[in-house]
Amino acid sequence: MATNLTINGEQKSFDAPDDMPLLWVLRDILGMTGTKFGCGVALCGACTVHVDGKAVRSCLLPVSAVSGRAITTIEGVGTTPVGAKVQKAWLDLEVIQCGYCQSGQIMSAAALLASTPTPDDSDIDAAMAGNICRCGTYVRVREAIKHAASERQT
Amino acid sequence: MKLADNMLVAASPANKPSGLSRRNLLAGAFVGGFMFAFQLPVRAANEPTQPPDTTEGKFAPNAFIRIDTTGKTTLVMPQVEMGQGIYTAIAMILAEELDADYAQITLQHAPPSDKLYGNPIFIIQATGGSTSVRAFWKPLRNAGATARAMLVQAAAEQWQVEPANCTASNGQVMHAASGRKLSYGELCDAAGKLTPPKDVALKDPKDFSVIGKPLKRFDTPDKVNGKTIYGIDAMVPGMTFATLAQCPVFGGKLAKVDDRAAKKIPGVRQIVVLDDLVAVVGDHMWAARSGLEALDITWDEGPNAKISSKDIWAHLRAASETDGVIAKSVGDIAKGLATGERIDASYEMPFLAHATMEPLNCTVHFKGDSCEVWTGTQIMSRVQSEAAKAAGLPIDKVTVNQHMIGGGFGRRLEPDMVVAAVRIAKQVNGPVKVVWTREEDIQHDIYRPVYRDNISATLSNGKVVGFKYKIAGSAVIARWLPPAFQKGIDIDAIDSAADQPYDFPHFQCEYVRVEPPAVPTGFWRGVGPNNNVFAIESFMDELARKAGKDPVVFRRELLGKAPRMLAALNLAAEKANWGQPLPARVGRGVSIQPTFDTSIATVVEAEIDSQGEIRLRQVNVAVDTGIAVNPDTIMAQIEGGIVFGLTAALYGDITIEKGRVQQSNFHDYRMLRIDQMPKINVHLIKSGEAPGGIGECGVIGGPPALRNAIYAATGVALRRMPIDRDAIAERKKS
Repeated sequence: MATNLTINGEQKSFDAPDDMPLLWVLRDILGMTGTKFGCGVALCGACTVHVDGKAVRSCLLPVSAVSGRAITTIEGVGTTPVGAKVQKAWLDLEVIQCGYCQSGQIMSAAALLASTPTPDDSDIDAAMAGNICRCGTYVRVREAIKHAASERQT
Repeated sequence: MKLADNMLVAASPANKPSGLSRRNLLAGAFVGGFMFAFQLPVRAANEPTQPPDTTEGKFAPNAFIRIDTTGKTTLVMPQVEMGQGIYTAIAMILAEELDADYAQITLQHAPPSDKLYGNPIFIIQATGGSTSVRAFWKPLRNAGATARAMLVQAAAEQWQVEPANCTASNGQVMHAASGRKLSYGELCDAAGKLTPPKDVALKDPKDFSVIGKPLKRFDTPDKVNGKTIYGIDAMVPGMTFATLAQCPVFGGKLAKVDDRAAKKIPGVRQIVVLDDLVAVVGDHMWAARSGLEALDITWDEGPNAKISSKDIWAHLRAASETDGVIAKSVGDIAKGLATGERIDASYEMPFLAHATMEPLNCTVHFKGDSCEVWTGTQIMSRVQSEAAKAAGLPIDKVTVNQHMIGGGFGRRLEPDMVVAAVRIAKQVNGPVKVVWTREEDIQHDIYRPVYRDNISATLSNGKVVGFKYKIAGSAVIARWLPPAFQKGIDIDAIDSAADQPYDFPHFQCEYVRVEPPAVPTGFWRGVGPNNNVFAIESFMDELARKAGKDPVVFRRELLGKAPRMLAALNLAAEKANWGQPLPARVGRGVSIQPTFDTSIATVVEAEIDSQGEIRLRQVNVAVDTGIAVNPDTIMAQIEGGIVFGLTAALYGDITIEKGRVQQSNFHDYRMLRIDQMPKINVHLIKSGEAPGGIGECGVIGGPPALRNAIYAATGVALRRMPIDRDAIAERKKS
């Protein structure tokens, strides 16, 4: 039976088991590889996507739980004003090293700024502590979130 | 500047080598760190430049540069990008001497070829050991300058003027007297017919226009929108997806597997059974994983099934008490250790996993008479040859497609994941992507070795007289680069120990090779100096206390012959407000490191609560790395390295029980997270010296500086990593 999802504003239809996590649907069925596999148990945040604007870990999220909901991935987040602002801040401050975790970092940061336009350090800690960066870009992640927050809404 | 649209396009294998002549190889080997002060096996001497190549682009004067008639300039990257910013640094070095039009530059991964792209320090094509800029600094500058000279000559011939009266900049050659100019694109046909000159002049560093600027990285724009393709993202038409289980006990074999339940799972296509692993192949990773969990596997655990960390440490401690091979001797150590008050201490370092964010993976299409591999690796040529061995094919029948790396840290200096994937793919029709679960990745790593270091020193009137340092641990080099393992000395294990910045009157460094039973060991970011700098800098604080001196003052007095290190120490101390009062149970600790031709001093400030939990407050790092090719990248590498090192100091501990690794994922192999971060201030010292290494360096100084901060705050002299919270909890008052 076909599953239907709205991803980055587009309708997608595919066959997948109900319990299949969204992460693997995105990556292995739809070929949207920007969302990353890191741990498989929601400990690292590399797989973060937005469901109805909220940051969620897609590695444990059964695809059947998100039908009818609006899903945004790293491939689409740049079309939202806040996502574009975060991406620009990431480049302005040259946050990224290997970049593997950064899809998840950017998705978490964009969700934070959408709900809390001017986050303080504790807001950033709370929103970003679920995203591991092995390259250790945390100093710049924090600065970039503040930088993005200080940019005028476009 | 941009990355090639198709980074998988291989440069022409028909090209002949350029800067990697034997002369340059030896010139490249001048560096410290991995310093090969011996004769490597002689290989055919290559010409420093090569005849033009017409098979790709119009002007390809060497292995690194191609310019076509539109002026598009493709730079081939001999080293791999794994976050350290090397693609940008290499492009900057080539572009500087080439006077390229920066906007026209496109980058391309190098194909496997030791001959064309071998790292002049390692000889093989390897990215590691903070060698990239040090090893390729001269070859790349030569390559750029040679190409530029040919373009200038082509223009001069066309204008019938002297080349010396022409200048080049921004992808154009100009003749000032006549006002004429030609673009590199317009010149490439003519330049391609010229013979490359020998011994071209390189720029005076004061004339650098690109090197030294904090330029934006090439690779990051595609990393903010999910476009970058890492090895794990390779998609090949018709591919299936697999994941695997290897025997949890090192060296164990498969006894039997019941796959009846797994085969019933929708999407599961095939169970591949090999002598030491089982893989489930499916329509996607979810089917493969579900299938794997449904397998009933019985392992033949083999002879290592009873080994535990306790045994490994007993073995290492016993070996560490034996005499080592002398790696360095200054003065008369026996006399030195017989003079003054003697202090002895031992320091111990645990096994560590790499835990790259991109789990191990490799995609392989075995076609019977050929084999294609998609992966991200730090060792392109070795991956090709190991894949060929596993496939049972000649090397030239194996194609390797390089990718961006989602964290290397030394893990991808090994080919084991490629070998396993090829063995699996041989049983599968069509291409198959093999992805390790995080659990398999952590439990089948090639681990940073355990080390034990014994130090003895004497103090007389507050000054060091004798200092003897003995390292006991794995010889990773002996396995990884056998020609470099000579006279029983592992040059990595003794790195930053044998050659001391401190002016000890009587000094000896010894090495005892001892391999842990069962557990495979390999390089881990920071490599040998992680161990040596930790032990030596921890001990220096204990000596300072014994001598009744401030730790910075005590070090300063011994750095008379290391002015760059002394300057770094002074700067870090100043920026950290060294000596200013701190609240109770807050301490500052310092460390210095002469690592990879870079002088670094680190001060960590930390608070230790009554339960022994640590709050990192601030880190100040002073760095003298010589000419900073891209200063912003260097700052970023130090910032990130600090996190990597402090993560290990706070949490890093791989332990063995019944022959298997006890940790499995980020809940029990923990990482530092953003809410635990200190402020990190990196202070770059301006220098005109040759560039030093940087990628490893940031990792090394944090752990000893934190350890010394804890020593200052609590008085507890930790001698083992990771930090034991119970040992530093506030003592109950009796």
